[in-house]
Amino acid sequence: MDHLDKLEAQSVYILREAYREFKSLCMLWSIGKDSTVMLWLARKAFFGHVPIPLVHIDTHYKIPEMISYRDRIALEWNLNMMYGENREALESKLTFPDGNTDRITCCKYLKSEALKHTLSGEWPRYRMDHDLKHYVPDEGSEPYTGVIVGVRADEEGSRSKERYFSPRDKDNVWDVGDQPPEFWNQFKTDFSPGTHVRIHPLLDWTELNIWEYIEREKIPVVALYFNQGSGTRYRSLGCYPCTNPVDSGSRTVSEIIDELKSGRLSNIAERSGRAQDSEDGGLETLRRDGYM
Amino acid sequence: MNGRAQMNIVIVGHVDHGKSTVIGRLLADTGTLPKGRLESVRENCRRNSKPFEYAFLLDALKDEQSQGITIDMARCFFKTAARDYIIIDAPGHIEFLKNMITGASRAESALLVIDVDEGIRENSKRHGQMVSMLGVKQVTVLVNKMDLVDFSEEVFERLKADYSEFLAQIKVKPVSFIPVSAREGDNIATLSERMPWYKGATVLEQLDGFTSDKQLQDKPFRFPVQDIYKFTRQNDDRRIAAGTVAAGSVSVGDEVLFLPSGKQSAIQSVESFNTAPKQVALTGEALGFTLTTQIYIRPGELMVKPCEPLPEVGTRFRVNIFWVGRAPMIMEKEYKLKIGSARASVKLAEICNTLDASDLSYSKHKHQLDCRDVGECILETSRPIAFDTAAASETTGRFVIVDNYEIAGGGIVIENLSTDETLLQRHIRERENNWEKGLIKSEERELANRHRAKFIVFTGVPGTGKRSVAKALEQGLFNNRLNAYYLGVANIDRGLDADLGYHVDNAGERLRRIGELARILTDAGLIFITTIDDADDYDIEILKQLNAPSDILVVNMGENGFSRYHSDLQLPAGGSIAAAVKEVADMLKTKEIIIEYEI
Repeated sequence: MDHLDKLEAQSVYILREAYREFKSLCMLWSIGKDSTVMLWLARKAFFGHVPIPLVHIDTHYKIPEMISYRDRIALEWNLNMMYGENREALESKLTFPDGNTDRITCCKYLKSEALKHTLSGEWPRYRMDHDLKHYVPDEGSEPYTGVIVGVRADEEGSRSKERYFSPRDKDNVWDVGDQPPEFWNQFKTDFSPGTHVRIHPLLDWTELNIWEYIEREKIPVVALYFNQGSGTRYRSLGCYPCTNPVDSGSRTVSEIIDELKSGRLSNIAERSGRAQDSEDGGLETLRRDGYM
Repeated sequence: MNGRAQMNIVIVGHVDHGKSTVIGRLLADTGTLPKGRLESVRENCRRNSKPFEYAFLLDALKDEQSQGITIDMARCFFKTAARDYIIIDAPGHIEFLKNMITGASRAESALLVIDVDEGIRENSKRHGQMVSMLGVKQVTVLVNKMDLVDFSEEVFERLKADYSEFLAQIKVKPVSFIPVSAREGDNIATLSERMPWYKGATVLEQLDGFTSDKQLQDKPFRFPVQDIYKFTRQNDDRRIAAGTVAAGSVSVGDEVLFLPSGKQSAIQSVESFNTAPKQVALTGEALGFTLTTQIYIRPGELMVKPCEPLPEVGTRFRVNIFWVGRAPMIMEKEYKLKIGSARASVKLAEICNTLDASDLSYSKHKHQLDCRDVGECILETSRPIAFDTAAASETTGRFVIVDNYEIAGGGIVIENLSTDETLLQRHIRERENNWEKGLIKSEERELANRHRAKFIVFTGVPGTGKRSVAKALEQGLFNNRLNAYYLGVANIDRGLDADLGYHVDNAGERLRRIGELARILTDAGLIFITTIDDADDYDIEILKQLNAPSDILVVNMGENGFSRYHSDLQLPAGGSIAAAVKEVADMLKTKEIIIEYEI
C-alpha cells in the first residue's frame, strides 16, 4: 500500500466507526476540495452509497458555482442533502457585506450560529427532494450527536491539536487542553447525554495528498480551483466578499500538484485568501466557538 | 507512485533532556525551516545576549502558527531523501500524558532522549514503558549533551549499560544508542569528529534505516468485522461484512470462520468502490466481503481462516494495562472493553503487580489502578471474546477500557486464562456454599405443588410473538392449578434494574439479575417464565449457571440466534398461540415437569 492507500484506509475505518456508533450522524459538506474528498471516502466506506445526511451551511454569499455544483452532485450521487441558514441575520442584514458587522461577527452569525442551530434541529433544515429536484423543508428536527468534519491537521495551527473523535459539550465548546486519549485505532465513541462528538477523518491528510487523491480517483471538484484564464485560482473556497484567489497558472489537477510540489506556495498559508483569519483572534477564536 | 513514503516518529524523554533541541536540529539540518528563520532567531539571541538554543527556534515557530504557517508543536514535518517524516513531540510534562499516548500509538518508531549528565529519570523509564506497551518496536536511544561530559566514551557506555538493563526488564530491545550533542549537532546529520570512538549511524541515517513495514502480511489472517451493511433501499442486495484487514490476507473462495460464534462460510467476493475487481484482500486494506452462504453474524466478530493458527477465545486473560482515568480502576465495577471491533463488558478480576507512577517502584499489594499506573492484571469479560496475545498478533491483542464514556485505559493481552475459574463460577460457588435453606425440602414442595420447579426462557429476535405465548403458557398452567409466574423483562428494567440506566455496559449485570431471580423463584418451587430478545449461546450459558442447581428450559421462536446451543424446543414465529402453548405443555409432560395438562 502506498501512502495514499494508507490515508484512504484510515479515513474509511474512521467513517465506518462513526456510522456504527452514532445513531444520529451527519457529515458537513462545505463544497470545498477537502470535504468533497471526504464525501468520496464515504462512498468508498459504504460501497458506493452515502447513508449519512450531508449538511451544508448556506450563507447565501457563497460563490454561485459552488451551489450549482453542490446540487448537481447531490442528484448524481443520490445524496441525502440538507442545508441550513441563519435566516434572521440575513433578513435583518446583520452581515459584513451589508456593512453592519465586522468579518468575524459575520462568520459567527452566518456560519457558527447557523451551524449550531441547524445541527441541534432548532432552526429549519431543507432537504433535496430527488423527485422534485429541489429543496423542501425537512420534517426531522432531531439533533445530530455525531458530526463528521473535513478538517486537516496541516491546514492551520489550531486544527493540528484535534483528535479523530473530538468531544464537544452542549454549547459546542472545545476543551483543547483536556482531550481524551486515542490508543491505536480505538476512539471515543461513547458520549454522555447532552454532548456530541466531531469526527475528523481527514486529520492526517495534507493539501498535496488531497490533490493527489483527487487526481487518482478522478473526483469532480468546483472549477474555481483552477486558473480559467485570469492567472489566478482559488486555493480555499468561501464566501465571495471575504475570499480572494491566489496568483497561479494551474489549470488542471496535475498542474496544481506540480505547483504544490515545487514549494512555490510553501510559505503562504493555504487559507491566506480567507480574510476572516487575519482579524483579531482569527480562526482559533471562531473554532472554540464551534466554527469548523 | 502517489504520495511519498511517510513515517511517524515519536520523540520522548524527561523534561529538559533536550527533545526540543533534537527536533530543532533535525528541522535545521534537513533544510525544512522557513527561509531566514534560523538566522533571525540567532540574531535575536545575540541581541538579547542569550546563548542560541534550538529550542528557541521551536518557540519562534510556535509564534508563527497564529499567523498561519503550517508548522505546529504537536507534529513537525521534515523530509530526507528517503521519505517524509512526521515528528510527534510528546510533551515531557505529566499532564500531557494523554497527548503522548495518542501520538505514540500512531508512531512506527521512537527516539528516546536521555541527558547523559542527569542520567535516567522518571520519564526516561515511564516513557520507555509506554513506548513498549504501545507496540513501538523500533526504539533508538539518543544519549544527549555529550558535550557536558567531554564526549567521554566511558560515561556513554555506563549509561547505555544501566538503561539497557531497565529496558530489558520491560522487554524493550533498542535498535541503537547514539551519543549526540543536539545543541552542537554532533552525530545528528553528520558523524562527530569529537567522538571518533563512535562508529555507528547518525540520527538521520538511523531514521532512514527504520522500516515502516510492520510484517503483518505474513501473519495469520485477522479481520475484525466492523459492521454488516445491506443497502436495500438503494437497490443494493449485497450483504457485506466490512472492516479493515488487521493481519494476513484472504482470497475469494477461502474458507472462513467467525469467532466467538463459531460460524463458518467462504468468501464469495471482495468488495470495494471505484477500484479494479479484487481477488485478494491484504493487510491494512479497508474493504468488505460477501459470503457464499447466508449466515447471521454480528459486528464485533473476528473473521479468520480455519486452516491457519486460530486466535484465542475466552473470558479471562492476563493483560498489561496503562490507566489514565481520573477515577481509579477498581474491582467489582463493570467497564466496557473495546478490542478489535468487539465490545464487551469487563471486570478487573485481579491485580498481579503495578508500577507506581510516583516513585516507579513495583508493588504487589495494590487493590486498584490509579491514574498513570501501569499494572499487570487479570480481566474478565461477561462473555467470551476472540483475541490474540500481543506477542502473536499485535493489532488484535490490544484493547482499551471505557469508564463512564471516556477511554480510561489501554493495554495489551499477555495470555489467555480461560481455564481458570471465572468470577461468575466463583460467585456461584460461594453463593451456594452459603445458601440458607428453609425447613421445606424441594421434594416436599414438588409433591404439594404437583409439578417440579423450572425456569422457562423464550428466546428469538423481537417481534416473534414470544411474549404472547409466554403469557398464554402462564395462563394455561394456572388454569391447571399449577404455580406458574410470567415476568415481563420491562418490569425489571423499571424496578430491580432501575439503578442501571439503559447503558449498554450494564448488559452483563442485567442478565445476572435475571439469573439470580430465577434461582430464587425456582427455589420457591415456581415454574418461572420470561422472555429474552436476541439471546445467544453465552447468555443462556450464564443463565444456566446462575439458575443452578435448578434447571432451565429454552424455547426459541423464529430465527435462531444460537450457533452451537440447541434450544429444548423450536417454534415458528407468529404461529398459533394455542398450538405453541400445547407444544410447550407436551414438552413439560415429556420431561416430567408436570404430570398432566388439560386445555
